[in-house]
Amino acid sequence: MSAKPEELVVTKIRRGTVIDHIPVGQALNVLKILGIRGEEGYRIALVMNVDSKKHGRKDIVKVEGKELSPAEVNKIALIAPEATINVIENYHIIRKVKVRLPDLLQGIVKCINPNCITNKPREPVVPTFKVLLRSPLLLVCEYCGSRVSQEEIIKQYAG
Amino acid sequence: MFRGRDVLSILDFSRSELEHVFRVAARMEKHLKRNTLEGRILATAFFEPSTRTRLSFETAMHRLGGSVIGFSGEGATSLAKGENLADTMRMLDAYADVIVLRHPLEGAAKLAAEVVDAPVINGGDGRQHHPTQAMVDLYTIKKELGKIDGLHVALVGDLRYGRAATSFIYGLTRFSIRKISLISPPLLRPREEVINFLKEVGVDYTEGENLDNVLADADVLYVTRIQKERFPDMAEFEKVKGSYKLSAKSLERAKEDMIIMHPLPKVDEIDMMVDNMKHARYFKQAAYGVPVRMALLSLLLGVVR
Repeated sequence: MSAKPEELVVTKIRRGTVIDHIPVGQALNVLKILGIRGEEGYRIALVMNVDSKKHGRKDIVKVEGKELSPAEVNKIALIAPEATINVIENYHIIRKVKVRLPDLLQGIVKCINPNCITNKPREPVVPTFKVLLRSPLLLVCEYCGSRVSQEEIIKQYAG
Repeated sequence: MFRGRDVLSILDFSRSELEHVFRVAARMEKHLKRNTLEGRILATAFFEPSTRTRLSFETAMHRLGGSVIGFSGEGATSLAKGENLADTMRMLDAYADVIVLRHPLEGAAKLAAEVVDAPVINGGDGRQHHPTQAMVDLYTIKKELGKIDGLHVALVGDLRYGRAATSFIYGLTRFSIRKISLISPPLLRPREEVINFLKEVGVDYTEGENLDNVLADADVLYVTRIQKERFPDMAEFEKVKGSYKLSAKSLERAKEDMIIMHPLPKVDEIDMMVDNMKHARYFKQAAYGVPVRMALLSLLLGVVR
């Protein structure tokens, strides 16, 4: 099997996760949204702005030794709605999952409105958003009606 | 249809449901003394000051033969000891059959409705919703002008932070309004989500700063208070305040049967001379608060279908 162009830049991983088809320039934000800072002991590879059969150009993130939880997959969908998650075992893809943004997001994003009840500490309430638009992403808070854009979501995780 | 339901936003109600509330309210008006809610208890939980909303709910409950418990202001309750909203609501749920909540945070009424079994009526949550005020406002138009469809409604003042104005705008979209004119200083224009909503439902609306441009054509003039604290610059506030003040002279060009409404309290945005003019209907509007809330309480508690 011939090596794909990106593998000339970064080698295959033995076990872990490859997040493919990330929009160009969003690889770092994918790491941020997963809370990976590089100090966790995972071997991480970022490939940015490489050729993609589907989208022209794309970013790729490889994380050795980590499998993603469903909640983490949902988070990735917030900034890379077309991403594919490849689960790697022994250098081979054993499972391929396309991320899918649910219609309702619970407990993933915080409301940007400081006056929203979901930002009040010690209340039994989970921030809940309806997905209004998928591309570019636009969410609306079920409690206060505020609209939250993709940039604001990235800011939350990068902050 | 209404029994046990929460009243969180005016948009929870269809046109025919609103019309049903109005029909019941008109019946209530004819006969204000009833005892259909005898033995039932209304809890009023007001975390923010209120005069009309709280007192008209209390009056409505008393007129229906029920009783009222409640508080106004955090100082008088366990909130001052640090109790959260959810716990306070659970306690009221155990004591009362229906709860009216006013709270400074947006979404507070929705949270309350999630944690209690009794119907929760939103008496105002932050800058977001004030559904019963919108019902009273729509009922006022219906009573005073005989219809809501086909009218040109102009709103003047703070259309950004005032929840009464926002809920009224939402409520108007349930009817076939001819036109909505939104007149405010640039700082106090309606929020993006409100404008987006108007676009989505396809209502004919205009935004502007000059009241004179719409005065001659409007059927309803809905005036709201411009609050000083919204302005970073006091000189700007004084200037704006002056330009939105409604005087008897400015009304010379208005239609003969144009009505002026105001959710109250008003300060000096309407000249006192206007109070005695035939156009002024804001005190009547406040009075309609009782039959509309009597209707709503009767429907939610299932004594009227």
